[in-house]
Amino acid sequence: MIQFLLIALLSLLAQFVLPWWSLALVAFLVCLITRPSALAAFGAGFFGVALVWLIYALVVQFRTDGIMTARMSQLLFKADQPVLLIAVTVLIGGLVGGLAGLSGYYVRQAVQNQGRIHPAE
Amino acid sequence: MKYFKAALSLTVTLLIVWALNRPWGSIPAFGPLLSPFVGFWQNAEPATSRDEELDIDGTRASITVLFDDLGIPHVFAQNDYDAYFAQGYLTARDRLWQMEFQTHAAAGRLAEVVGERALDFDRYNRRLGLGYGAEKAVQMMMADPTSRQVVEAYTAGINAWINQLAPADYPIEYKLLGYAPEPWAPIKCAYLLKQMTSTLASGADDLEMTNILRKFGPAVTADLFPNYPTREDPIIPPGTKWDFAALPLPKPPADSSRLLTQAATRFDVTIPRPNREIGSNNWAVGAQKSATGHPILANDPHLGLSLPSIWYQIQLVTPTMNVYGASLPGAPGVVIGFNKDVAWGVTNVGADVLDFYTIRFKDESRRDYWHDGQWKPVRQRIEIIKVKGKPVVQDTVLYTHHGPVVYSPNTKPFRENIPVGHAARWVAHEPANDLMCFYHLNRAKTYDDYTKALALYAAPAQNFVFASNQNDIAISPNGYFPLKYKNQGKFILDGTNPANDWHGRIPPDQNPRVKNPPRGFVSSANQSSTDPSYPYYINWEFAPSERGRRINQRLSAMQHTTVDSLRQLQNDNYNLKAADALPICLPLVKVNGLNSDQQKALTILRMWRLNNDTTEVGPTIFNEWMNRLMQTVWDDEFGGNDSVPLRMPSFDRTLTLMQREPNARWFDNVRTPNPETLTDVVTQSFRAACDTLAKQHGAIGRAWAWGPHKGTDIRHLIPGLDAFSVLNLNVGGGSGIVNATSERWGPSWRMVVALGPQPKAYGLYPGGQSGNPGSPLYQNMIEKWAKGELYELLYLQSPTDTNKRLVKKIVLK
Repeated sequence: MIQFLLIALLSLLAQFVLPWWSLALVAFLVCLITRPSALAAFGAGFFGVALVWLIYALVVQFRTDGIMTARMSQLLFKADQPVLLIAVTVLIGGLVGGLAGLSGYYVRQAVQNQGRIHPAE
Repeated sequence: MKYFKAALSLTVTLLIVWALNRPWGSIPAFGPLLSPFVGFWQNAEPATSRDEELDIDGTRASITVLFDDLGIPHVFAQNDYDAYFAQGYLTARDRLWQMEFQTHAAAGRLAEVVGERALDFDRYNRRLGLGYGAEKAVQMMMADPTSRQVVEAYTAGINAWINQLAPADYPIEYKLLGYAPEPWAPIKCAYLLKQMTSTLASGADDLEMTNILRKFGPAVTADLFPNYPTREDPIIPPGTKWDFAALPLPKPPADSSRLLTQAATRFDVTIPRPNREIGSNNWAVGAQKSATGHPILANDPHLGLSLPSIWYQIQLVTPTMNVYGASLPGAPGVVIGFNKDVAWGVTNVGADVLDFYTIRFKDESRRDYWHDGQWKPVRQRIEIIKVKGKPVVQDTVLYTHHGPVVYSPNTKPFRENIPVGHAARWVAHEPANDLMCFYHLNRAKTYDDYTKALALYAAPAQNFVFASNQNDIAISPNGYFPLKYKNQGKFILDGTNPANDWHGRIPPDQNPRVKNPPRGFVSSANQSSTDPSYPYYINWEFAPSERGRRINQRLSAMQHTTVDSLRQLQNDNYNLKAADALPICLPLVKVNGLNSDQQKALTILRMWRLNNDTTEVGPTIFNEWMNRLMQTVWDDEFGGNDSVPLRMPSFDRTLTLMQREPNARWFDNVRTPNPETLTDVVTQSFRAACDTLAKQHGAIGRAWAWGPHKGTDIRHLIPGLDAFSVLNLNVGGGSGIVNATSERWGPSWRMVVALGPQPKAYGLYPGGQSGNPGSPLYQNMIEKWAKGELYELLYLQSPTDTNKRLVKKIVLK
């Protein structure tokens, strides 16, 4: 839970000033430094980023009556499917966040193993 | 195992991020595109926004901008510099991508942005010397202190907008195509004007006409391609006296036949033929014909219907002017509009201002060419074309004193031992400062101001209509018209003979012009500028006369005209071409042997009230039939092919031929053994037209209705971007109709201005002020446009004016 909140908050801040892929950096570092399980690392990365993207996308959608999402879904799916477009957006953001989180977890595992005689598990 | 998992998950993550962060061919980079922080989400605009106060470097005093409910800015500046600065800033704010894209196009730089598919287009624009012309034009602009200040202010305003943009703020097209805006520069204003010249005055059929002359000889060519049409009502009313002493006309060279053996049959760039869909209407009715006691002026320029809109409305108020109208994104000032005292509008002239010269080179090195009895040096201009994702392409263009060589058969000489090329002499290469014409029109108070402003204008030549609240009306086909012998440039010219050079220009004060004609109105619709009594040559063929004749019929009949009656005339759907053609064609159809659909079609045409309304079936049949008829009559002899392009005679000539020479040999199809007669081709083409329509729409009926059959599209500038386009509008009118809304062309701006103590003006264009597809103001005017209605244009007097349509204020400091 703490990873999820940290990723959501820090990736939000990072993306306001850094390129979009800074979200991967945040998810990676959070899972590297804290100690989630593999599943939790992916989940925290996925949902932490997805939540931020979802809320931002919904804010834009409702503030602007969905003019742009209607056009973009026409462009990408040849159909007026704003929900699908939001879903794809959130899924892609989440996937990158989740994989970055998982990488953080595995890198920590690898690094930790090196310095220990008795593995933690 | 742990290391492997770490390495694998890291690799997969990095790969995915990398793949999402870069474009794949024409597929954009999805990571940044979908991110709500930087992607397309950032281009979504809410319907309302708050007043703003912006601190901007570069303004000289505080500027107040009021926006009305259509997003049209009304700029109140304390000096002219600030007004043009604000125009640059605001136009960039709404139209940055479009203005850069259009100037990139003119500069031959589209391949840089969209890749190899634009390479031929870029090469064509460079071969034709658009860049060469723009470089000359910007020198003129910068040499004049006034235009220099205007262009520099406009440039500074655009750059003030660009400089504060973060990638998240870039217009959506940059995000889709994956590039970034570059700083604006004065030459881009010149590129834009050259782009307009390219659109409106770069058509030529010198090549096709020369091939026809070679194939059919001078007698047939002169007969089928006459220098004045049968049906015509020229812009300057016949009988108007020319109140000047004309210069002596240059003499045509004695021997021009040698040229025919030398001229190429095709160019290695395709020069477009003059586009007959490009056209426009304008007129002004005098005080005696107006219900208000003052003149009323109307204008609707027809251009390719596109989004973002071609025009951008703006009002500019400074101590030296208060002007409102349509501007072109990329050019400072108002191009079509009005101020307190005058209104003006433009339609295209279609002058013969692009000529081709056969160039005889000394040898294969092409370093020297023969002219006026001596070898003259060729100048080389290296064009470097960047291509997205590909190596740079280099094109060497040869320049003679005529202009750039557009045709040079590099692989094999066209004729043994005489390497030839064809150089283009084009009005866009003449040094000119067209912006100053609009600068002075924006401030004009009287007829004299109008004529002085017009003298400064070069290209693309326009029919400038004018009206003032001193109750003057006028019209002038105006621009740089080269002084030529009659029909010089109808065919390819011998470039070795100085008698074929352009001989300077027609003095601007001798351009055709008429003021307050007795008939009480002036008008133009791209038809012949004058009748043959005008002492100079402008062109041998203009746009078909139907729109012009119809407008003149209506205006002659109208009394007590109002803004609304002139608005209705802009939407007039009467098909004068059908009125000319049907009485000739219908009696020729052999009724025996028609099937039931064809008989029904014939009945419909007989009953048709000759209006191109959306629900009518008549115009669908008529249009298809006439296209077929032209093909059937001419394709066998004048169809041409890729290696020897030809063209057909005009519809007007064809109709005259049917009336006066029904037994002419042209009606026989030489590809068939049997001789065909006029009645055969008329009947055949009628049946073929009906069959085609039946195949397309099914049995004759509602499905054949004109509106859906024609379908009007307003397309985004990027080909194929349907999601940002408005397609299949159900609008009446058509090509050759006063309401000239065809499939892809139509009124790109409609304006009606009633002059008086205070002007009352109305107008709109098919789009919106914003170029952003994510804005509610992207296409908001299209609905009213399609219905033929107009918005009132708010002509404000001061920044403290109140009006319930004003919704937002920005102060630039």
